[in-house]
Amino acid sequence: MSFDFAVILAKGPAILAGLGVTVLIWIAGTLLGAVLGFLVATARRYGGRLADLVLSVPVEVLRGTPFLVQIFLLYFGGPYIGLRLDPVAAGLLGLTLYGAAYYAEIFRAGFQSVPPGHSEAAQCVGLTRFQTILHVQLPEMALLVLPPSMNMAVILLKETALLSLITVPEMTMTVQAIGSQQYAFVEALVVLALVYWALVEFANLLGRLAERRLSAYSA
Amino acid sequence: MTWQLFELLLQASLMTIFVSAASISLGLAFAIGLSAMRMSGLAPLVWFARIFISFFRGVPLLVQLLLIFNLLPAIGLSLSSLATALIGLSLCTAAYQAENLRGGFEGVPRGLIESAEMAGLSPVQSFVWIRTPIALRLTFPALVNEAILILKASSLVSVVGMIELTKMAQNLAASTYMPLPIFASAGLIYLAINWIVAIAGRRAEAALPGLPAK
Repeated sequence: MSFDFAVILAKGPAILAGLGVTVLIWIAGTLLGAVLGFLVATARRYGGRLADLVLSVPVEVLRGTPFLVQIFLLYFGGPYIGLRLDPVAAGLLGLTLYGAAYYAEIFRAGFQSVPPGHSEAAQCVGLTRFQTILHVQLPEMALLVLPPSMNMAVILLKETALLSLITVPEMTMTVQAIGSQQYAFVEALVVLALVYWALVEFANLLGRLAERRLSAYSA
Repeated sequence: MTWQLFELLLQASLMTIFVSAASISLGLAFAIGLSAMRMSGLAPLVWFARIFISFFRGVPLLVQLLLIFNLLPAIGLSLSSLATALIGLSLCTAAYQAENLRGGFEGVPRGLIESAEMAGLSPVQSFVWIRTPIALRLTFPALVNEAILILKASSLVSVVGMIELTKMAQNLAASTYMPLPIFASAGLIYLAINWIVAIAGRRAEAALPGLPAK
């Protein structure tokens, strides 16, 4: 058995298009998930006991079930309750919700790590609750929240591969299709794995740089 | 959604539990091996471990499984779906567990390693009898966490032809046209299993002997 990578590499533009979809959905899903997760964490902390209890349910369900089951439920089950989404929309919504549950926990831990004395002091000098969150708690949290946030972003990048199973035309689906057309399935998968590997290591590198940058402000 | 359908999902979840438990155990053994390589000080072994860990943590599990499933037959190795799934899952979790264990090995108190040396233990004996047990104890919560991640990740082994909980749900959803209740039930079963693992993990953690003082 000989391997022929030339037929795969000849399809470079198509692979890049798939890579583009992967990166776009990843970044959009991660940012939306982080924002939604932050809102959930804030509501859980400042919205009273009831909000905390009610919001803990979706967070635990999303964290306790496989992402694959979630997107199948959304994409195949959605139309039965009038939620008819195209693959990209379902994929993006699924990734956002899944990410939001984990980001909510990351920010919750972040809130808990800020010593209560600091926010009490802020309120004593006359800062409103909103100002306290914005000027005291968020900057103190940032350093602590950054490493797990970057870690989660990398996890979400890898989860985007599952979107191929609901026919989102991202990189995994694109490269698999090329592999079958060219009768070079193994070669296609090797190329696919290498591109993901490079992308993940690049994201890890960015995370380490951001950490180093931010830690300059820690003292 | 009938009881009969739910029972089929429950039966399939036994396969999910079996595949996950086997992969976690195999993965733990591999992870200890990778840790030994990484700490051996021998350049080829150190680099092998590093690249292995980076690769299996850097490529989506779905792609790993597809690659193993298609690559092995292409080089003349025909394995069953179960074997393919176990190889894929256990290599992947080995990389993550090795990364967890790294923190554990770093947390072994220096004094204990020195005492072992003074008592005449060879580096290998010290690794097997002193450092590994303490590293395992220190990283036990991470192991429970990893078990939950693998239970969820095992939903992917359907792509290599395994029929476990998620694949059974897919089949039933396609044949009954009731994807909503069926995938929701599958989700609930995953949730229940993970809940039990998390509670059992906390109980076990409390029952284990205490952590060594730093």
